[in-house]
Amino acid sequence: MTGFALRPPAGANGETINSRSAVAQAAGELLPDDATVDLAAERTVAGVDRVLDALDGDLIGLAPVKTRVREIAALLLVDRVRARFGLSAQQPSLHMCFTGNPGTGKTTVALRMAELLHRLGYLRTNKVVSVTRDDLVGQYVGHTAPKTKEALKRAMGGVLFIDEAYYLYRAENERDYGSEAIEILLQYMENHRDDLVVILAGYADRMEAFFGSNPGMSSRIAHHLEFPDYSLDELAAIAALMLDSQRYRLSDEAAVTFRDYLTRRMTQPRFANARSVRNALERARLRQAGRLVATGGPLSKDDLIRLEQADFLASRVFHG
Amino acid sequence: MTTAKITQGSFSYLPDLTDEEIGLQLRYALGNGWAVSVEHTDDPRPRNNYWDMWGLPMFDLIDPAAALLEVSECRRAYPGRYIRVSAYDATHGRQTTAMSFLVNRPE
Repeated sequence: MTGFALRPPAGANGETINSRSAVAQAAGELLPDDATVDLAAERTVAGVDRVLDALDGDLIGLAPVKTRVREIAALLLVDRVRARFGLSAQQPSLHMCFTGNPGTGKTTVALRMAELLHRLGYLRTNKVVSVTRDDLVGQYVGHTAPKTKEALKRAMGGVLFIDEAYYLYRAENERDYGSEAIEILLQYMENHRDDLVVILAGYADRMEAFFGSNPGMSSRIAHHLEFPDYSLDELAAIAALMLDSQRYRLSDEAAVTFRDYLTRRMTQPRFANARSVRNALERARLRQAGRLVATGGPLSKDDLIRLEQADFLASRVFHG
Repeated sequence: MTTAKITQGSFSYLPDLTDEEIGLQLRYALGNGWAVSVEHTDDPRPRNNYWDMWGLPMFDLIDPAAALLEVSECRRAYPGRYIRVSAYDATHGRQTTAMSFLVNRPE
C-alpha cells in the first residue's frame, strides 16, 4: 500500500481522497462495468489466507471469534474489489470489544487482528499500542486530555488496544477523570475511523457494567466478540502446542495425569484458561529439572525432553 | 498590500502543499525515524530562530495522520500565523533538524 490515506474533512463530500480510493489507484484504473474480478487472486495478493490460516493453526478453539474475523476479512476484501469498480461505500467501522475470562486469548487475537487489517489495507501499520487506564487518565485537572490524545496519536495508523477497559470508568467517583478520557476516546473513534481501530478488552461481567454506564461507547463499537472458555480437550491441545514450541513432550502416563490435573484445576477458583495451562507447564518444567538434578547420572536427549507423571503429581491440585 | 511570498525551508518555491502532500512528507520523515514538531510564528524572517512551539515534539509517533492532526489544530488556532513542520534527526553525529517546511501562510 503506497497511498497515504487522508481522512475526509468533516462534512465534505465529493472528491475526498481516502484509503480505499488509494487502493483503487494503486491497482490502476477503475475497471469497466462488464469486467470480472477473481476474488481468490485478490486474496492471494493481500496475503489474507496466511494470516487466517495462522489464526486457525495457532489458536485452539475460539470458534465464534474465528468466524467473526473471517467475516471481517471477507467484508474488507469485497470492499477492496468494489473500490476497483468505483463502488465506494462508507468505510466500515471496525472498533471492537473483546470480552472473555482471563487467558482466553484476547490480546493474542488483537495482535492477529492488527496484522490482518494491515494486510487488507485497512490499517497503515500492523502496530498495536497497548494501553491501560494509567496511560489514558491523568492525575489532576487538565492532565487527562493531553495524555489520552498522546496515546491516541501514538496508535494512529494501527490498533489501540485498551486492556481492562472497564477501569476507565469509576462509577463510585463522579469526579473521576476517566469519563473525560472516554469522551475523547469516543470523539476519536467517530472522527478518525480510517486512522485508528480501537479494541477494548476486559472480563465479560465488568465490561457489561462499563457499557451500561457508557451507552455511547457500546453503540460505537460494531463488533462485540465473546471469547468462550476452553473445554478440556482444547486446553490439552493448547498444552500440546506450548510444549511443542518449547521442545518438551509428555510421557504417556503424564498425558493422562495432566488431563486429570486440568479437570481438577478447572473447577478451582482463579482458573485462567490458557494462562493456567502455561503456568502448570512452567512448574512441571521446574520439577523435571529438580528431578533430573537429584537423580544425577547420564542423561539422554529424551530424558531432557520428557515430562514425567511425577512432575505433575507433585502439584498442589492433587493434594487438595 | 501584496508582499512577496515568504520562502523558507524546503518546498517554499513550490505552490503551497496540500494536506495530502504534507502527509506524504511527514511519512517520509517518520519513516526515517525523525521526530516531527509543529511551530508557528508571526515573524517569519530568516533570522528569527525563535518560533513558538505547538505542543511538544512528537517522539515515538508512527503515523503521519497524527502529526497532520496537530498541523490542522494549529492552523485552526492560529490561522493568521506562519506554521512550519520540522523533523529532528536524533541520530548520533547528526542531531539536528533534518527537514523543515512551511505548512501555513496567512492570507
